[in-house]
Amino acid sequence: MDSVITVENLGKKYLLNRAGHGSYLALRDVLSQGFKNLGSRLLHPLRCSPFTSICAREEFWALRDVCFEVKQGDRLGIVGSNGAGKSTLLKILSRITEPSTGSVRIKGRVASLLEVGTGFHPELTGRENIFLNGAIMGMTKAEIKRKFDEIVAFAEVEKFLDTPVKRYSSGMYVRLAFAVAAHLEPEILVVDEVLAVGDVQFQKKCLGKMEEVSAKENRTVLFVSHNMAAISQLCSQALWMEKGHMVVRSATPEVISSYLSRGSVDFSGERRWSHDASPGDGRIRLLAVRIFNDLGTVSAVVDMARFFQVELEYEILQSCAGMRTGFWIYTQEGVLVFVAGDNEDREWIGRKRTEGHYRSRCTVPAGLLNSGPYSVTAAADIQNGEMLFCEASALRFTVEHTSVSRLDGAGRSPGIICPSLDWKISSVGTAGL
Amino acid sequence: MSDQQEIIIKPGMGALDYWRDLWRYRELFFFLAWRDILVRYKQTAIGVAWSVIRPLSTMLVFTIVFGKLAKLPSNGVPYPVMVYAAMLPWQFFANALTESSNSLIDNANLLSKVYFPRLIIPASAVIVSLVDLFISGAILCGIMAWYRFLPDVKVLLLPAFLLMAFLASCGAGLWLSALNVKYRDFRYVVPFLVQFGLYISPVGFSSAIVPDRWRFFYFLNPIVGVIDGFRWAILGDAFPMYWPGFVISALLITLMFAGGVCYFRSMERSFADVV
Repeated sequence: MDSVITVENLGKKYLLNRAGHGSYLALRDVLSQGFKNLGSRLLHPLRCSPFTSICAREEFWALRDVCFEVKQGDRLGIVGSNGAGKSTLLKILSRITEPSTGSVRIKGRVASLLEVGTGFHPELTGRENIFLNGAIMGMTKAEIKRKFDEIVAFAEVEKFLDTPVKRYSSGMYVRLAFAVAAHLEPEILVVDEVLAVGDVQFQKKCLGKMEEVSAKENRTVLFVSHNMAAISQLCSQALWMEKGHMVVRSATPEVISSYLSRGSVDFSGERRWSHDASPGDGRIRLLAVRIFNDLGTVSAVVDMARFFQVELEYEILQSCAGMRTGFWIYTQEGVLVFVAGDNEDREWIGRKRTEGHYRSRCTVPAGLLNSGPYSVTAAADIQNGEMLFCEASALRFTVEHTSVSRLDGAGRSPGIICPSLDWKISSVGTAGL
Repeated sequence: MSDQQEIIIKPGMGALDYWRDLWRYRELFFFLAWRDILVRYKQTAIGVAWSVIRPLSTMLVFTIVFGKLAKLPSNGVPYPVMVYAAMLPWQFFANALTESSNSLIDNANLLSKVYFPRLIIPASAVIVSLVDLFISGAILCGIMAWYRFLPDVKVLLLPAFLLMAFLASCGAGLWLSALNVKYRDFRYVVPFLVQFGLYISPVGFSSAIVPDRWRFFYFLNPIVGVIDGFRWAILGDAFPMYWPGFVISALLITLMFAGGVCYFRSMERSFADVV
């Protein structure tokens, strides 16, 4: 079949201003630099001016030598860690920004959904925003009119059509925005991490809609997500990008499993960093992350029916108020299970950690996580402030299913968590009364 | 079902079918203008009142200061009518300039998330000011009725001068909006330009009071040509047109507009990276 997207040697270079200069050029600086140049040239007409450029710049390649083809009707998932160049790629494909090298050929109309509700205006009503957003996404007025009822029904906001969206709940807002996007009918749909918002139920509905549309009408979809479950549901093919390069492109299950087991992840239940490689900055450094089982030994495998502990070992080099460490636990599919922070330790409330060596250990109760592989992302931040470090997938561990975890015994019960709950059955009468 | 047109994206060439795209996105252009108008008149209860009060009060002040205190000539036309005839293009120009110069920054989220010819944004901002112009125009009719002042047939030429004002606003707006993205402190320059322009343009007085020697050079400010055009069309023979000046103004406006489009087009490609 014909390829609808052909990408050849695509590269995108950004110029980064060195630290000290704002990210924006100010006319003031340009002028004062100009005068300085002029002055120094007048004073020393023979000497070369030291201020030849306004500010020193560094090159940064967000994308480099990317080549691939997409055939009509393909659904291609794009995975990769943050900063891998996924969004830049989509921006080039949707013509928002220009590439620095290489070329792209696209056959057909492209609609890009890089953000939910682009151009929504809080003062306008739901009805008005549907038209506005639709037009921004590239629909014609006639097309929007034709699909208007469908969009409204999909978003479930019939009653609030003439209310300004600023009065909408965030759920309604997202639903409405999605609904418009879901009814786009381009030949090629480009979707960035937009399913990350909205409730799970609605996410499913959207994925289903996208799947339906692309399968029925043979549309091409490019889909970026950190949610492996969504990627494997929607896409038959996947592309893994890392640091602006393409790592592999293959069938989705293969790409996802090699992406998830990508290097530097340890399976021993402990991960340590050498002093010069440790995550952190001049204030705090992460030294190690460990998983302990209920017996107090370091282990990458824990029993579902018993508690386990996550420990972060770190060094505080410069004490700051509100500093805390914590972790995120993700399933293998990249679904966030929960977040924990050591500011919950009551004994340390209002106390500042002075410079020194610390361990923060958190106990995760028995019967919370369902069986399966998980990963821990370790992080530290200033409360309500900046991130000090965030080490993604610092450690992986497995929760083992044991026969005692649930009374019905064998097999993994579905769901992300598997709490042991309290049930009471009481008889309130005989049948037939 | 679809025109299977092929798009080629390469560095340094921008969009080849720019002007065709511009036509294709005309609906978005109207939608953006429609949004700005809706928001403008929704947000403030005095939204409409504001576009009435502002020109009226300015007219009042100018009539008192220049007409009554300085006793400048008005060639037999009621002074308020003379001032207001100039207020129409001036207010339009000033509003359009302010709106369009900020328009790209205000719509930064659109620039970085969706593709469309960027020219649409500053242009639709100018359209919004057109609404104010029509409101002001209605008021002028009221004032003229009050003074029992009847324009002659030349008033039919008004759309031509309106087009001139539109081109001037668009041209300047394109320059300023693009500069505004590149140099973020440029936004402080715009209010100054607008304020300054009010005094160097013949809004509160007639351009005829400029000494003949300098009159030609006065028209190097292209707005002078537009304002004189409006006065000539509305007020009739009391304000004869100084044609050499008018031609130079029109020429400058055309140049400014063409330059604005070119500059905007050359800057446009990097907007999404800078904004």
